[in-house]
Formats: sequence, C-alpha cells, structure tokens
Amino acid sequence: MVLTVAEKLSKEPKIWRKQLVVTLIMVLVLGWSLSAIKLNTGGSSGLTVARNIFKGLLTPTPSLLLNFSSNGVAYLLLETICIAFLGTLVGAVVAVPISFLSASNIVPSYIAIVGRVVIMAIRTIPAFVYGLMFIMVTGPGPFAGLLTMSLASVGMLSKMFIETIEDLDKGIIESLDAAGCTLFQKIRYGIIPQLSASFMSTLIYRFDMNLRDATVLGLVGAGGIGAPLIFAMSSYRWSDAGAVLVGLILLVLFVEWFSNKLRKKLARG
Amino acid sequence: MNLYDRVFKPKKYTLENGKTVWEKRNRTPLILLVIVLMIMISIKITDFSLAVLIKRMKFFFVMLKDMFPPDGSYIPQIWKPLLDTIKMSLLGSFIGAIACIPFSILSSTNLVHAKAITAFFKVFFSVVRTLPTLVAALIATYIFGLGTLAGTVAIAVFTFAYCGKILYESIETCSMGSFEALEALGCGKPSAIRYAIVPQVLPSYLSTVLFCFEGNVRYASILGYVGAGGLGLILNEKIGWREYGKVGMILIALFLTVATIESLSQYLRSKLV
Repeated sequence: MVLTVAEKLSKEPKIWRKQLVVTLIMVLVLGWSLSAIKLNTGGSSGLTVARNIFKGLLTPTPSLLLNFSSNGVAYLLLETICIAFLGTLVGAVVAVPISFLSASNIVPSYIAIVGRVVIMAIRTIPAFVYGLMFIMVTGPGPFAGLLTMSLASVGMLSKMFIETIEDLDKGIIESLDAAGCTLFQKIRYGIIPQLSASFMSTLIYRFDMNLRDATVLGLVGAGGIGAPLIFAMSSYRWSDAGAVLVGLILLVLFVEWFSNKLRKKLARG
Repeated sequence: MNLYDRVFKPKKYTLENGKTVWEKRNRTPLILLVIVLMIMISIKITDFSLAVLIKRMKFFFVMLKDMFPPDGSYIPQIWKPLLDTIKMSLLGSFIGAIACIPFSILSSTNLVHAKAITAFFKVFFSVVRTLPTLVAALIATYIFGLGTLAGTVAIAVFTFAYCGKILYESIETCSMGSFEALEALGCGKPSAIRYAIVPQVLPSYLSTVLFCFEGNVRYASILGYVGAGGLGLILNEKIGWREYGKVGMILIALFLTVATIESLSQYLRSKLV
C-alpha cells in the first residue's frame, strides 16, 4: 500500500496533548524554582567587581606561575596530581570488592540492593565532610586529601564497575569450565580480560575528574592546589588566583587530551 | 617502529611454509614499571603511610558516631535550604541546558563549515569545563552577592559546559542524509536543523540534561560552603558548631532527596531512550 504525502501526514501520531502537559509541568516547576532567586545587590557594583576579577584573572602573576619552590604553582600541581593519582588507585582498591558484592549477576538480589544503598550513601556525603573526618585521622595535609579523594571516588567507580560486571558474558566462563579449567584459570582467562579494559578506562576517567575536583580539598586544608587558590580569591588577590587557575586549566586540558587518547586505545583493544 | 620495539627486538618465528612472523614484545612490564614509579613518587609527596591509617582509623568514625542518633527536631529548619538546593539545581540546569544549544550548533563541524569558528567554540567549551565549579561559585558570590543566585549561576555554568560538549558530540555523529535532503528541497538552515537534527539528538540531549541535574543536586550541597546558598550553608554552620546530630539529620535529608531525584530521573531516562 502506497500512501500519498498527505495521507502519511494525517497518520502522524497526535501527541500535542502530551506535549502540552509536559510543557505545563516544566513551566510550573521553573516558576516555583524562580522563587529561590533574590536580587540583593546593585547591578553597578557587581559589574565593577566582575571587571576587576576578570582583569586579574587574565593577568596572572608570572613570579608565582614560574616559581619551582615548594609553594610555587608547579609543585602544588605536582602534589595535586599525586593526590588524584593515589586517590583514584586507593578508591579502586576499595571499589572492586564492593562492586562485585553489589552486582546482581554474582550475588543474590537482596545483597545487591544493600550494596547499592551503601554506595549511594557513600556518594551522598559531600567531599568536604570526608575531608574533615580524615583530618582527624591524619592531621591536615596531602595525606588527608588523598584519603578524601579515594572515598569520594568509590561511589562513581563502583557504579561503573557494577555495570561492567553485569555485562559479563557467562558463556565464556562456561566453556572454560567445560574445557576443564581450574577456578584460577577461569578468573585469569575468562573474567579478567573481559573487565580490565573497561575498568582501566573508568579509572582514567575518574583520575581526570579527581584532578578537576581537587580544589574542593583546599576548603578544609587537605592539601593540593585548592587552598592557595581559595586564599588568593578570598583576599582579592585576583592575579595570584589567575596564576593558579592558568596552571590548573592547562594541566587539566593536557591530562584530558592524554586520557582521551589512552581510552580510545583501550576501547580499540 | 617506535623506541620500545627497537630496544626490545620483536621475537621472530619461522612458519612451516617458510614465512617469517614478528611478535612484538609485551608492553606490560614497561607500563607496570611506570605505574610503580608513579606510585612511589606519589607516596613520597603525599606522605602516605599505611601504619598511620591503620593505627588512627578509629578517629574517622568519631564524627560519624556523633551524628547518630540524628537530631529529629531539626527537620523543620532543613526544609527551606533543602528546597533552595533543589530550586538552584533546577533553574541552573535549565538555564545552562538552554544556553548551550546555540554554542553547540556553532561548534559542530557538520553544521558549520568554517573550521576556525568550530575550533574556537570547542576550546571555549573545554576551558569553561575545566574551571572548577567551586571557583565559579566563589566568583559568582563576589558578583551577585551571597545567596542562591550565585549558586544558580555556578550550576548553570557547569551544566552549560557539560551538556554543551555532549550535545555537539551527538550532533556531529548525526546522519546527515535527511538534513541534506531538506536543504535540497529548499529549507533554510534553521528549519532543516529543526526537522532533521533535532529529532535525532533530542532523546540523548534530554537524558544528558536529566543526568546533569541529578549530579547538580549533589553538587549544590558543596556550593553552600562558599556562601552560594542551599544545604551546604547550614551544613558548614552546624559542622563549625560541632552539632553533629543536626549534621547527621541534614545528610539523611540530602540522601533521601538525592535517592528520590535519582530514581525519578532514571525512570524518565528509561522512557526516553
């Protein structure tokens, strides 16, 4: 049966009523959320402040940027990289057992649900609260930052790990079983090759994110580049803040480019 | 042939039919060596020590233990900041998601053929995305004053950069057949985009925005720390006063909210895709 264009058009499903309802809900919700906004400053003072900030950020202090002692930008960035790197690794060490225990194809579903609730609870607590808790353990410094990063990574890492584990192809393991492999051989040749590329890719992605989120640690004095940045900003030294930000943005852009390359390589196998 | 293959020569096999095959040496030892070196440097710089961690781990739970039992009588004061946090994330996500659309179109190589323009907007997206949200929030508090407006702006900036990147990537992977057909029929660019590109990217775009909104609710609780309104404000205050029972109650409220919003958005996203 061949339809003319006009017939085809008339057969188009009529969804305007549904669209109207969705639009109405959106407008209502947005109208409700507008009530949170209160304009409480004169526009002109805000504008001059903004101009000063951007002028400062665009003219970073060269002495701070090119200073290689222990309070220059270079060393702080190195410290941040180390915190993010070890934080991701420690987070992975914690996340792997948790995710195996919450994957619904490995354990019974009620255990998996408990695991998921635990992961969500871990993810809900903001990073700076963890920072304060770990400072009680280690005292202020990069060690506390590292532990904070690792606990903050556990949530996302295990969420992604679980997805990978649930995609495991059981046929491979069954055929290894049929070929008479031992448990160790089954894990080595049946499970690890299926998981490792995706796990590595997740880890690299998380390292990227950790580097970006490392400023949060500075709030509570847990090391890294955040503290000098926030101090500079709260004492209106915008050029110093600009120097730190330029360093951080360049580093993150470089790491992102590098990790994208690595992950592409992993995806191609 | 790169350096590694030149140092560690590939293994040579001669097959039965006389052909020779080269097997490259395994790279794993080199990668492991690099990783071990990086771990050692990191341990040195961050003063990592397992002994301290094991010996003093119990202090981690001091604060956690004080949070129980949570102070139930504090609930009435939590409502307003909690709702503020949700409103901030909603409005911020909405503004950011709308604002990123024209910029994503300008950075898609299949819609805009001038390379200079697409490259410029792509770099612009990357730089905005690397700007830490906390820094954006701090700057916003200086410009817009303390309060929820600053938080909304910070969330909008983050959403703008995140959704924008995903959107231009999905526009670039669109199949261009129908777009070209519409242009050949005499449609202008705007209507060709409306009828050929929008239907292809809309579901994934909406799903990204919902996902971003989910994360923003969680993130908005940190922004209060720098005075950008919402739950973080009272969280910071109660931690400062060491009223950990109330802190526990705030965290439970946040947990329930995040869980509700996450399952709602997961339901909506499963309908979309």
